Parts: sequence; structure tokens; C-alpha cells
Amino acid sequence: MAELSYRDAVIRGIAQEMKRDPDVVFLGEDVAKAGGVFKATVGLYEQFGPLRVRDTPISEQAILGAAMGAAMTGLKPIAEIMFSDFFAVCFDYIANEFPKSRYMSNGQTKCPLVVRTGNGAGSRFGAQHSQSVENWCMMIPGLKVVAPSSPIDVIGLLAASVRDPDPVIFLEHKSLYATKGEVPDGEIVDTLGTAKILRSGKDATICALALMVPRALAAAEKLKAEHGIDCEVVDVRSLVPLDTQTILGSVAKTHRLFTVEENPRLCGWGAEIVSIAADEGFYDLDGPPVRITTPHIPLPAADILEDIVLPTPDRIAERVSRSLQG
Amino acid sequence: MATAKDRAQAKAGSGLNDDIGEQKRLALYRSQVRLREAEQRAYDLFLQNLVKGTSHLSLGQEAIAAGFAEAMQKGDLSFCTYRGHAHTLARGVPVEKVLGELMQRDNGLMRGKGGSMHLTSEEHGVMGSYAIIGAHLPIACGAAWRAQYKGDKDVSVCFFGDGTTNIGAFHEALNFAAVWKLPVIFVCENNLYMEYTPIADVTAVPHPAADRAGSYGLERIVIDGNDADECYRTAQKAFAKARAGEGPSLIECMTYRHSGHSRADPAKYRPEGELEKWKLRDPIKIYRERLKQFGVSDADIAAIDASVRKEVDDATEACKAAPNPPLDILTTDVYADGGWAWRN
Repeated sequence: MAELSYRDAVIRGIAQEMKRDPDVVFLGEDVAKAGGVFKATVGLYEQFGPLRVRDTPISEQAILGAAMGAAMTGLKPIAEIMFSDFFAVCFDYIANEFPKSRYMSNGQTKCPLVVRTGNGAGSRFGAQHSQSVENWCMMIPGLKVVAPSSPIDVIGLLAASVRDPDPVIFLEHKSLYATKGEVPDGEIVDTLGTAKILRSGKDATICALALMVPRALAAAEKLKAEHGIDCEVVDVRSLVPLDTQTILGSVAKTHRLFTVEENPRLCGWGAEIVSIAADEGFYDLDGPPVRITTPHIPLPAADILEDIVLPTPDRIAERVSRSLQG
Repeated sequence: MATAKDRAQAKAGSGLNDDIGEQKRLALYRSQVRLREAEQRAYDLFLQNLVKGTSHLSLGQEAIAAGFAEAMQKGDLSFCTYRGHAHTLARGVPVEKVLGELMQRDNGLMRGKGGSMHLTSEEHGVMGSYAIIGAHLPIACGAAWRAQYKGDKDVSVCFFGDGTTNIGAFHEALNFAAVWKLPVIFVCENNLYMEYTPIADVTAVPHPAADRAGSYGLERIVIDGNDADECYRTAQKAFAKARAGEGPSLIECMTYRHSGHSRADPAKYRPEGELEKWKLRDPIKIYRERLKQFGVSDADIAAIDASVRKEVDDATEACKAAPNPPLDILTTDVYADGGWAWRN
């Protein structure tokens, strides 16, 4: 057991899988010799060499296309797109190519690859380097979509993603890279499609993802201390497959549902969870489900502005207490 | 019209058994006739409302598909566009499988789940037909990267039209392939028109593919895409280069499509007489004359024509008799577990 940063967990997760399987290869911009712009791939080039860890030109379509061609023919590529905002310049592969080739070919082709990307706000980078794009990916049949919130989950879910036979979008949160957590020694492999209850409670369920998970946990402590409200916090972890059983099970226990999303309001993943709860857990609910999101605006750069728009522990706690206590 | 060049070429060779040889020449002829007959049949079936959706025919462009496919070895990979029927057939996929997919029947290559624009047959090395312009050039790079990484000797061949040369993925892929020295061959079928607009009207250089080759340190190659021998010989050189680890090739094949862009297009934008002029350079007409010059008898040629027509006729009847796809395939193969479940 050792304390590890989220950033170092990315390195350890990739290394664990590259050591295990020589078909795992890694490509992206500045990922090899420079060790990544977020320093989340430092040392991999030295450890695995220039044939397996490769710097690419600034050609996001070439990166994802090459990953797909390699995956179709026998490799297990991990491709990095530096900022998830850049998905917009290579979205053909994410929306049209990876997820549809198996279906269109009636099961002839495969596409076992992982796209890792830096997602989310908090770095004061402004509207084109800060977005949370998980909902862009979640809407596409054929993809799997994962977003870990802790170092141990980074390793376990990355390993599961690399071993998964489907294309997986793996969203690392930029504002979590420096955070730390306890990680056991040895190989760690988790399971996609499983949510985790991080805090047990009886009064309300709060579903959160990535950076919103520590904020939901902080809000839950505040609600307990200040209002005696006992919240259950569910780290959704995997949007596709979605662990609806854990979420609906929690709602059946607490009878209230809140989602905390970093993405802008419209078509966020919380809307899907609320819709499922309305369909299948309606009679378990004692009040309307509530979505706590970033407002439907592009993200501002200035710290004082960015801090206001993202859900904070205070805002989450205020919204939950208002909803429960009127 | 057999040009002076054709006659000179025919004369220069030592007859049928020059570097290409009798067997390969007969195979090249057979393949071209087969592509022509199958595409013509697809058009006829469309007029009978039996081919549904869209379809993009390669009528007039058969020499490229035949020439490159005949130069391939088993294990080499083809990446095609939505104008991919000919390239798919040229790798040996049965006509019935292709027509069945165009007719959206259960006997189709993908049982109707992909349609005309996405023909795929992994067992024949056809790694897909891609309907988003340019998308498959980087994908072919990836397959070639796998070969390079694993020490496999197969080569990836990526076919695309002239319109593709102005999209970003084309340029990203060429640079990527050149920098990584990948065993991939990019084959541009320049049929002079993107969809409706002449490529020359919207491109800064006269040869949209070849004139860009220098930007990526590649040789400028323009060939007669209506001459199957020239396509075959050029392909052989590019395969040898790729297998020797000497990197990618970009080949621009000049050709002309006899039909419109897609089934909805009567091609009225063409200047009068242009099609007729190109029909004099019809690749099959050229090749048939060449075989005759080499001494192949009319009877032997007619036997090939007849056997191809029989395959296409039999395929047509089989497709007409085939059932529609069953509804239970609607939700299969979305994910690798065979199903479509996105939640528990």
C-alpha cells in the first residue's frame, strides 16, 4: 500500500498493461519523450521504448484512425487526445468509425482500443480547454465511457478498459491529476459498468462523476454536520455501461435523488439517470429528482468566474438541504 | 480506341508471356469483366427498384480495382470508400454477397446491416468501405503500423477518390505514414469529378493527389488508370517497396466514371462528348483488344465473358429469392459481447 497521485496512477496503469501484454501500444502528442503535457505518461518511453510509446504529429484524426486500424488488426492501442475538447476535430472516429464498424459489418470487425483524454475544468484555460465532454460520448451506441475519480480507480478502470474488447473513452480529470489516494501494491483490475457507493447514507442519494465526486463527498459531510442530513454518495464511474442497479438501489433506500454534473445543463448524463429513476423508481421517490450542473454557458477563463459556474460543495449542500427541508 | 501507346506497349512485350504473363492477363481480364457485369447488374436492379438506398458504381474504373487486387497477396488488406463494390469484388468476394447487400437481403455480405457503402469482408482482406471521406486513410495507416510493429509482411492498400485529396485526414495520413515509414499504399482514383463538381475547379494543383506527394517526401506518380497492366505493374512496385520496409506510396490513377456520382445523379454537368471520348478508352475494350493482339482467341474471350455472366445471373436469381433479414439482427453486434446492452 502506498500513497499515489492520480497522475502517477495513470502512469502505473498504462505500465501495468504494457508489461502484461506486448500488443498494448501507446501513441499521442508529446506523450513519449516529453512524458505528456500533464506529466501523466512520464517514464513510459524509457521503460517500453520507441516502438511501443510513440510521439505523433498534431494530427488527432491520424492518431485515432491509426489506433483503430491497429485495433482492427490485432493490437490493443491506447491513444491520447491531449484535451477532450479536441475530440471535436477527430469526432468522426469517436462518433462514426469506432462504434459503428462492428455493427455495420455484422460482427466481422473489432475495435479494442482506449482513448485517454484530459477532461474537465478548474485550470483557468477557458472555453476550449476545460470542457466536460462525457455526454458527447455517452450518446453514441457502441462506445463505452469511463471517468475515474481516484488513483485506485484510475489504475483498475484503465486496466479494465485496455482489456475490454470494445472501444472505451477514458476521461481523466485534469483537476484531479495532483490529488492523492492509497493504492495497494500489485496488479489492480476493476470492472467496467460498476458504480461505487463511497459514502453510505439514508436521506438522499447523490450521484457524481470525476471531479464532482470529492465535491459531493465534501457536501455530504457538510450536510451531516450542519443539517443532520445523511447522504449516500454514488461514484457513477462508468457512464456506459451504466450501473443502474446500484443507483436505483440507493434511491430505493434514500427516496431522494440528486445528480452532480460538471457538463453544461442540456443533455447531461444526469438527465439520463433522472429519466431512468422517473421510469423505474418513481414510487421510491419522495420528491422530485434534482440535477445540479454547470449552467448552459461556455466556460469562462477567469478563476473567479470559473469557480462560480462549477458545482461546489457549498452549492451542492445548499441545493440538497433546500430540497429536503423546503 | 487503342492508342499508339497501347499498340507500342503490346508490341514491346514478348506477347502473353512477358513480365505479366498469360495466366495473370486472363485473370486481369476476367476480373474487369466481372466488375463491369456486376456493377451493370446493380444498376439494372436499381431501375427495377430491387437495389435500395444509394449506390456508387465504378463503371469505367475497373482497371484500377482489378490491377491492384491482382497484385495483392493473401493477407494484404483493402480499405475502400463508399464506391467500393469493385474493390470488394476484386478481392474475390462472391457477386451474390455483394448484390445481396445492395438488395438488402439476408444473404448479403453484412445481412443488410451495412448497405452498399460499407461492404466489408474480413476473410477476403476487405477491411471495410468507409463513407466519410478521408476517414479510412488514417485507419489504413493503423493496420500498416500493426504490420510494422509485429513484423508481419502484409501491406494495407487504401483506395479513395479525387475529392478526398482536399480533406484534412488525407494530409494527416500521408504525413503520418511517411514519418513512420508505414507499409501502406494510397491509391487515388481520379475520375475528374468529386460528386458533381470538377476536381480541377476546386483544387490548387492539376493533379490533386500526385502534386501533393512532394509535400510528404513521396514520389510523384500519375498513371493511366484505364490500363490494367499499368495499374498492375505500378501496384507491384509499390508492394515491393512496402514489403521491403521502404514506406508508403501515393499513386494517382487517371480514370473516368461512366455513370453519375450515385444512383441519384444523371451526370448532366459533364460537357457534351466527354463521356463518349472516355468510352473509347474503356478499360475493358482496351484489354480485350490487347488480349487479341497477344493471340488470345475470340472463343477464349467469349468463354470468360459467358462464365462471368453466368455468375452474375446466378447471383441475381439467388438474391431475388433470398429472404429479407430477420428482425432479431437489429440489436446484435453493437458491442463485442454480441448484444447492445448499455446498462444493467
